[in-house]
Amino acid sequence: MSQKKIELWVGLFVIGALVSLAILAFSVAGLSFKGDGRSYTINASFTNIGGLKVRAPVKLGGVVVGRVEEISLDTQSYMPVVRLSMFENKGIYPETSSLSILTSGLLGEQYIGITPGFIDEDIEMLADGDTIEDTKSALVLEDLIGQFIYSINKED
Amino acid sequence: MITPYIRCVGQFSIKFVESIGRACLMLSLSLFGKPHRKLLPLFVQQVFQLGILSLPIILTSGLFIGMVLSLQGYYVLVDYAAEQSLGSLVALSLLRELGPVVAALLFSGRAGSSLTAEIGLMQSTEQLASMEMMAVSPYKRVLAPRLLAGIVTLPMLTLLFNVVAIWGGYLIGVSWMGVDGGAYWSVMQGSVDYLPDVMNGVLKSVIFAVMITWVALYNGYYVVPTAQGISYSTTKTVVISSLLVLAMDFVLTALMFGA
Repeated sequence: MSQKKIELWVGLFVIGALVSLAILAFSVAGLSFKGDGRSYTINASFTNIGGLKVRAPVKLGGVVVGRVEEISLDTQSYMPVVRLSMFENKGIYPETSSLSILTSGLLGEQYIGITPGFIDEDIEMLADGDTIEDTKSALVLEDLIGQFIYSINKED
Repeated sequence: MITPYIRCVGQFSIKFVESIGRACLMLSLSLFGKPHRKLLPLFVQQVFQLGILSLPIILTSGLFIGMVLSLQGYYVLVDYAAEQSLGSLVALSLLRELGPVVAALLFSGRAGSSLTAEIGLMQSTEQLASMEMMAVSPYKRVLAPRLLAGIVTLPMLTLLFNVVAIWGGYLIGVSWMGVDGGAYWSVMQGSVDYLPDVMNGVLKSVIFAVMITWVALYNGYYVVPTAQGISYSTTKTVVISSLLVLAMDFVLTALMFGA
């Protein structure tokens, strides 16, 4: 086979490999150049975060508006502290907003749901570094079953 | 009484260390120093020999492995009503393990053995020695382009293998078993990450490629110059490189995805 033909085939092969890398990156791994845009961080402390993981989404009515950036423990109060990175292009929220840890489906991953609070004259909007006070912990199935059994026994 | 046995162990160890030394010497002689002036056309020719001619076996086995993976995964997942996660099962197992390893095993059987046989025959008919007589380094003229071509082609073959296999999984899962097509892709995109999954798989296959071509060239270069010797070397190439790939895969997986 002549060198020219070989070069043609090798060129096709290399292009095919590059195209597959692009397919794997964009179609399979869902990589995108847009990124999440600019973001600001807010903190929240929960009594129990259940199975929440770093990079779990923060959702408002099903729409992803932020991500969990870091989970740490406040050694003074023994409370887990979660740092959230909220996307700027998804809006800002009043400081009366509340957070709760929810589960997608019965056995799914846990995520944080944000409920926007009311807006009044003396209510400020959350800015970078602020803390949300109103939080609801994760639902732990064992506790729930324990309460259920306790309430059954009480009726007897 | 016991001394001959100890001597036997000693002999074996010295031979083993010697062969590692020779292999490293071969690698450095072919890679470092002034390259052959026709390196690029020779390299392209070897990419054709090792890459394009391996494409049929890589692509067909990729398609069938993706299809089987999807079929078996579906039967297990459907019991838990979790067949939506079929996409992530297929893509993750292919990108992380099956793609690099199976492509490397096929490559060692298809390309590694042919490299050993080719170099072995050159060596036993003293073509390499006569090249040296003409002041042409056989390391630079014969070994270097093959080594480089092997290292470059296997990762590309692995990428093609992965894409074809994921498509095969889609074919079975979505078109035949009726998993929702949107869920197949979106669950896959949600669970696969670019750097830790796609790129670690590519890195794995680069390491496998270095090992396979190195073993193949070494066994060809230091062949026993008889017909039997060539067949022995070819067998040894496939056996040793396959075992190395599997052992190295475990180490790499523990390093990349453990902890």
